[in-house]
Amino acid sequence: MEGRVAYENDLNLKATELRLGLPGTHEEQQAVSSRVGNNKRPNDESDDQNETAPPPKAQIVGWPPIRSYRKNNYQPKKTESDGGGIYIKLSMDGAPYLRKIDLKVYSGYPELLKAVENMFKFNIGEYSEREGYKGSDYAPTYEDKDGDWMLVGDVPWGMFITSCKRLRIMKGSEARGLGCGV
Amino acid sequence: MSEDDERQQCPPSDLEFVSNKARNCNATGSGSGHPELQSVYLDQVLENVLENVLHFLTSKRDRNAASLVCKSWYRVEALTRSELFIGNCYAVSPARATARFARVRALHLKGKPRFADFNLMPPDWGAHFNPWALAMAKAYPWLEKVNLKRMSVTDDDLATLAELFLGFKELVLVCCDGFGTSGLAIFVNKCRQLKVLDLIESEVSDDESDWISCFPEGESHLESLIFDCVECHINFEALERLVARSPLLKKLRLNRYVSIGQLYHLMIRAPQLTHLGTGSFSPSEIAGQGDQEPDYVNAFAACKSLVCLSGFREIIPDYLPAIYIVCANLTSLNFSYANITAEQLKPIISKCHKLQVFWVLDSICDEGLQAVAATCKELRELRVFPVDAREDSDGPVSEVGLQAISEGCRKLQSILYFCQRMTNTAVIAMSKNCPDLVVFRLCIMGRHRADHVTGEPMDDGFGAIVMNCKKLTRLAVSGLLTDKAFDYIGRHGKLVRTLSVAFSGDSDMALKYVLEGCPQLQKLEIRDSPFGDAALRSGLHHYYSMRFLWMSSCRLTRHGCQEIARAMPRLVVEVIRSADEEEMDDAVEILYMYRSLVGPRTDTPKFVTIL
Repeated sequence: MEGRVAYENDLNLKATELRLGLPGTHEEQQAVSSRVGNNKRPNDESDDQNETAPPPKAQIVGWPPIRSYRKNNYQPKKTESDGGGIYIKLSMDGAPYLRKIDLKVYSGYPELLKAVENMFKFNIGEYSEREGYKGSDYAPTYEDKDGDWMLVGDVPWGMFITSCKRLRIMKGSEARGLGCGV
Repeated sequence: MSEDDERQQCPPSDLEFVSNKARNCNATGSGSGHPELQSVYLDQVLENVLENVLHFLTSKRDRNAASLVCKSWYRVEALTRSELFIGNCYAVSPARATARFARVRALHLKGKPRFADFNLMPPDWGAHFNPWALAMAKAYPWLEKVNLKRMSVTDDDLATLAELFLGFKELVLVCCDGFGTSGLAIFVNKCRQLKVLDLIESEVSDDESDWISCFPEGESHLESLIFDCVECHINFEALERLVARSPLLKKLRLNRYVSIGQLYHLMIRAPQLTHLGTGSFSPSEIAGQGDQEPDYVNAFAACKSLVCLSGFREIIPDYLPAIYIVCANLTSLNFSYANITAEQLKPIISKCHKLQVFWVLDSICDEGLQAVAATCKELRELRVFPVDAREDSDGPVSEVGLQAISEGCRKLQSILYFCQRMTNTAVIAMSKNCPDLVVFRLCIMGRHRADHVTGEPMDDGFGAIVMNCKKLTRLAVSGLLTDKAFDYIGRHGKLVRTLSVAFSGDSDMALKYVLEGCPQLQKLEIRDSPFGDAALRSGLHHYYSMRFLWMSSCRLTRHGCQEIARAMPRLVVEVIRSADEEEMDDAVEILYMYRSLVGPRTDTPKFVTIL
């Protein structure tokens, strides 16, 4: 009986648990990323570090030593034989209905953002790694594989299209909160 | 220049000797009978002769040496130096430089330390071009060329260059920032003699200014236009007209907003090009079935002088066969933005027999590198960049690719290789097969990663490189390294001038070995390695001979760095924090120190403290 409850704890109770916070934000095994701004940390098992363990692999700024200009410029392979696109839902705060777009059609962030701007007739502002999107009340965000809401543009394009589950254009104060100090 | 500036005192004894000799020899000219006047006259003649002779000296090292011979030579050399190179803009002030050198036509300045490229310190650290621009405007109104690396350049500076230097001809900006398209617009518009505008890996802000349209009408003197790093749309029609009226244009590197269709139109107007950056190398929209595609093969065939090809920013590999026809003449090929496979590379590389410089992504895998090794026997420089620049990604290239290159490309001089796994065996093989190596930079992306076959540290591999490559001047190490690796470097790396260290070494001994063993060491950049104040002290005898030392996330303390600052008054010792940190504990996050003739700079931001 105890065992069964314990097993259920891992699945059912957690799913129905009431708590504050964005849906999907829970501890999970993460691959450590070396990019600035990606605050994922290893899960509980590796958290009990002791002196014998190697130095904790927290986010490493500037490693490997590739200029961000280069990192942001790599395009995913344009595989002609790959049937089917990557369709994701695109929502915008305040808009009555959602859209669906195929991420494969775009070769990079500029095209994607232009298309999104055209679809909803608004201006997205200028992206900078440090400050997010300046000059606009909107911030493009996406939900990634782990259920976290991330600012569009921080990771290389190839990584983005494989991890993006849905897109949401946030407006107003929520957007501004994401924009600063990420 | 900064290297020998301290050694300005030199014995004037030669001067008298020379004058005496001249008098006895009854040399040229009449002059008056008066002995003093005659000797002054003859000194003048000798200086004129010297001036004419020194004009032939172009290498800065030769010139530095010549300036040390005696006061007379120092003076004449200063008068005749036309290209001024300053490796650290803070080592000397604009005032001192313009005071010593009277007739400079070309200025080459370097600013920020290289590790700033990787976000290791907050932006706005310094290296402003502005004070130099203003000083040059007063001192050298005939200035023709400016080459800046890692400097902060504003739109106003660009305007200054264009407006105050009437004969300005060449601007090269490498890894610079602080300006935008509106600055470019003013610059290209006012610079009527412009021959070269090269923007390389610089950050250009998009002020939505149509700068391409601002080139003046009429025939242009343009020989080189490089703007592949400019991340904004350009007015293509204006560009096409510009190319059409630039008969001397030899180098053109387009940004990724130029489609392959547009590239075609430019190429047929400029078949004389020697260097081409192709832009996106994909169509602006997906070409429909019935659309007539231009004859790209023909366009490339017409460019009979093409030797350097780059670009391919958003490549659609189907278009690659268009370049086959120029491969046989290529000496330089840059595929480092093209995510292509080995199979897509092979038909191209197999034709590139003359290739000397090759930059590529690791998407070609070890197999692709084997293909390179099989054909490119003249290869001098190879750079392999990672598509996925993370520590724990899959690595498509490994020791297999490195070994293959070492066996096929025996003339290799420079290599930059990013990988996830490596073995000592392959590195040792390269040290033996490629004795001409001058630059060896290996980046094993997983920190502290050992030889993946033996589990040993990578000490022996790097040791072999410094032992066998007798011409090595630049080295970057990575992987699991103990103090032994640095012992090797100290013992055998006698010509090493630049050393990059990250996540390596066990103790202070490692840094000591290097500082005590490498007499030619000029530039040392270290991050995340266990070196402390004691190690820092061991370099006191050498720091004045170095351009700079960078140490970040090591084990330095403030009072350790203070000691150095006290012991060496001509060293500027900067302690740099991350922007929002307050000055708290004794630990030093970043140390950046460099020799300087002018003491601490006055433009430090809040996060920099000079000890």
